[in-house]
Amino acid sequence: MISLAHLTKTFAETIAVNDVSFDVGAGEIFGLIGPDGAGKTTTLRVISTAMAPTHGRVTVDGRDVVREAETIKQEIGYMPQRFALYPDLTVVENMNFFADIFGSPPSERAALIDKLLGFARLEPFRTRYAKNLSGGMQKKLALATTLMHQPRVLLLDEPTTGVDPVSRREFWDLVTNVHLDGVTIVVSTPYLDEAERCTRVALMHRGKLIANDAPNHLRAQLGAFVFEGHSAQARAAEQAIQTLPGLLNVNTYGDVIRIIADDAARIPAIEKEWHTRNVAVQHLQPVAPRLEDVFVLAIEKLQAEHHAAQA
Amino acid sequence: MNSRLIAITRKEIIHIWRDPRTLAVMFLIPIVQLVLLGLSATSDIRHLNTGVYDADHTAASRALMEAYRASDYFALNHFASNEQELGELLDRGDIRAAMIIPAGYADKLARGETAQVAFLLDGSDPAVAGTAYAAAQSVGQAQRTRIIQQKLGVDVTRLGGIEIRPRVWYNPELKSSNYMIPALIGLILQFLTILFTAQTIVREREQGTIEQLVVTPIRSWELIVGKLIPYIGIAFFNLAEILVLGVLLFGVPIRGSLGLLAATSFLFLLTTLGLGIFISTVARSQQEAMLITFMINLPGIFLSGFFFPIEAMPPALQFLSYLIPLRYMLIILRGIVLKGVGLEPILSPVVALAIFGSLILIGASLRFRKTLE
Repeated sequence: MISLAHLTKTFAETIAVNDVSFDVGAGEIFGLIGPDGAGKTTTLRVISTAMAPTHGRVTVDGRDVVREAETIKQEIGYMPQRFALYPDLTVVENMNFFADIFGSPPSERAALIDKLLGFARLEPFRTRYAKNLSGGMQKKLALATTLMHQPRVLLLDEPTTGVDPVSRREFWDLVTNVHLDGVTIVVSTPYLDEAERCTRVALMHRGKLIANDAPNHLRAQLGAFVFEGHSAQARAAEQAIQTLPGLLNVNTYGDVIRIIADDAARIPAIEKEWHTRNVAVQHLQPVAPRLEDVFVLAIEKLQAEHHAAQA
Repeated sequence: MNSRLIAITRKEIIHIWRDPRTLAVMFLIPIVQLVLLGLSATSDIRHLNTGVYDADHTAASRALMEAYRASDYFALNHFASNEQELGELLDRGDIRAAMIIPAGYADKLARGETAQVAFLLDGSDPAVAGTAYAAAQSVGQAQRTRIIQQKLGVDVTRLGGIEIRPRVWYNPELKSSNYMIPALIGLILQFLTILFTAQTIVREREQGTIEQLVVTPIRSWELIVGKLIPYIGIAFFNLAEILVLGVLLFGVPIRGSLGLLAATSFLFLLTTLGLGIFISTVARSQQEAMLITFMINLPGIFLSGFFFPIEAMPPALQFLSYLIPLRYMLIILRGIVLKGVGLEPILSPVVALAIFGSLILIGASLRFRKTLE
């Protein structure tokens, strides 16, 4: 449905997206993951026709986003990261305005607005100015508005950043509904629990694509072992084993210490180190890898290579 | 009818309508500007503060002073007891003109000699000084004729000779407001329309709404024209405001056809609105748009012949003034309002406006790219 071939986008000095290629099949929820500045927004903007690529070719439904921009706009719904509706227009006025611009038939208009507002639970706020909605409601309105012309491809740029957990859940319920209607979705997100909901995930880092697979495949291909233990001295426990060989990543989350090691056989050495230093850690046991582990390792590996290349 | 165009226009009207402060400014600015500029932008001289040092103190010197007072040009309201005092009054700006009648003025007249009276003028404002200069001479001349007449005991008008009878057309009373207010129509329309339209597209950029707009099938020209339509409406309302006030408040005669005035104003609006939109596509923030607007407006006003006659400018500036749409509009406005001319005498400025308007609008449409930077 969407195809990127060697997409590169440069701005004056910086390379925002660097030779990225991937395909998104019809009906997928495709996740774009990566830290700030990874190039997620630029990638989505190019797919949305809002920006032209510097090099490479991007097609949506087989049509080129530059040459056939005007015809594929009808198929694409793009929700920018920043709230981009008119603050001084009401909820319904915003929806109607964009429907008018897309030339959606007025006959089905009222029913569609009712349906979308119902799903988004914005029914009571029909005549409220967009600027007076809460952050979460604005996001839902933005999504509902991009659906007014019933696109077949939906592009969401960090749609839940800065949104409270309840609104986030409501938002994803909406996205799931759209997905069930057969719409192809590309969503960028900094939240890895949201990435788990995707059929496929692409990890971007400094403009480059560094992984692209289904979440469970990515986890399975981690090639490392993850352990967690509890300790009242988690920090001390982390410092104690920092110099041990074979440890790919050690991190603490409150009183939990999380270790990624290249081999399960590293455990005895770790426990011995803690014992000699007199650090108490309980219940150290293997846990299922998370997407986060995959990305932390991938990015650390890249950074190590980067440093090696510089040295 | 194009539904996208209508949607843009309707949205723009809502923006304007829901911003009461801007709305108030749009309708009040023409009134305020017209009243202020109409009253102040005048070089008519009435009752110029004048100081007198009368060293003669005779009936003849008082008669001379009375002649000046009666002329209405000079208000003799400062009386000095020596020349130095007059100088100080001029320095301080308390008076703009000063008359020194020397001792022996009446005696010289009686002896049939030429009596000299000094008249000092503050030349800092050449326009005022120029008018006062001419007025001072003609009042003096008239007084001289009167004195000769008294001496000869005959009516000089019966002696024959030449009499020049100037007749002033179009503005017989030579009222500045008759000249200025038609021009103010052009000035105010330009000022307002550029200012407001310059903000429209840049506001979409600043708010971030442009990002949502560029992924829609809207075409550049639809967006631009759709955004201009409400401002054309407002500009015509402003035009009506200025005309009504000009007639009621300043007694400006409107001698030409209102239809022609509206049609030529429409052409002029295309150039100013187009210029505003063009600025909007260049500027990156509303503030920058505002600055560019002023940068374009100010020199434009000076080069247009609003304040100073173009004929008096150096050739390079005269040439530059051909690039200022307001220049053509001023010719058209003064032609229609004051001279009551039809289309034919003002055809070339009308054509010039039409060319400018279409070029600027096309330029703005081409410049506006439907992509983010």
